[in-house]
Amino acid sequence: MSKQEWPLYEVFVRTRSGLSHRHAGSIHAADDQMALDNARDTYTRRSEGVSLWVVRSDRIVASDPAESAAFFEPAEDKIYRHPTFYDVPDGVENL
Amino acid sequence: MNAEQTLIDYTLRLADNALILGQRMVENVAAWPELEEELANANFALDFLGQARMLYSYAGELEGKGRSEDDFAYLRDEHEFRNVLLLEQPNGHFGDALVRQYLFEAAYVHILGALVECRDEQLSAIAARAIKEVQYHVRHTSKWLIRLGDGTELSQTRVQQSLHDVWRFTGELFAADDIDIAFQETFGGPDLSAVAALWRTDVAAVVSEATLVLPDDEWMATGGKQGRHSEHLGYLLAEMQYLPRSHAGATW
Repeated sequence: MSKQEWPLYEVFVRTRSGLSHRHAGSIHAADDQMALDNARDTYTRRSEGVSLWVVRSDRIVASDPAESAAFFEPAEDKIYRHPTFYDVPDGVENL
Repeated sequence: MNAEQTLIDYTLRLADNALILGQRMVENVAAWPELEEELANANFALDFLGQARMLYSYAGELEGKGRSEDDFAYLRDEHEFRNVLLLEQPNGHFGDALVRQYLFEAAYVHILGALVECRDEQLSAIAARAIKEVQYHVRHTSKWLIRLGDGTELSQTRVQQSLHDVWRFTGELFAADDIDIAFQETFGGPDLSAVAALWRTDVAAVVSEATLVLPDDEWMATGGKQGRHSEHLGYLLAEMQYLPRSHAGATW
């Protein structure tokens, strides 16, 4: 008997103290509502969260690892993009 | 019947319902078709066992004879159990177990709703805790019923059969006897005819969304609440009670 796997969903949990949702893992589910239930039963059993997001994994647009040099490396030598690059002149208040 | 005895009897019925359904669901642990659903089933089973523990402890306290929760669960015989017949029915397939749980909890959630408002402080506190668990169960099982009913031709046929198979056990949920009536009058417990009306509205809505047909109310089986059980309960108890009865006081 052939068995078709249910689609994969990524689960994001916002913890009690956390400000934003963080990736917790993934689950399988046949539809969106089932995904929410399964995420609840899999990732919040030990009161890990107060809010849940689920999204089908195939709907996430991800950067291509092959392009990571072009994507991320140019940022590495732009030290002027960090606030620590700048000296704060004496006498500036409220900064 | 004095008020104290009414409260003990009523509490034990609630406890037995939770334990027997919990045990039936435990039998399905490691047998469910998907990992996520497996976790949900085990979580739900533990919710019921947790409710049973609180209720048995309270019954033991009220009774004042030093019986512990384990004494109630493991050292009573079949005729001493007061769970409804619906819950001791065999698991069958996924749809059977789902329908059994849904039909019970669709009523249980309204019974708990009334118990939260009852005049016994401890039962009200236990109900307030349990109702949150049960509301989620109902959400989960009703969506599954809709999925199976409104799914494929095969899933619809099978789950419709599941509904027919256990329908005759649903009447007992609302058949008020002396204990139900005394508990309602003395402690402000649930009015089972009101619960029945709410249940029917909820179940009819889910069944219709599931494109299924509500079975006709024909002959209804009763007796579980009075200790007259179907042949299935004995086997369930034999498995559940074997260890504590063979090795009294065993711990791990």
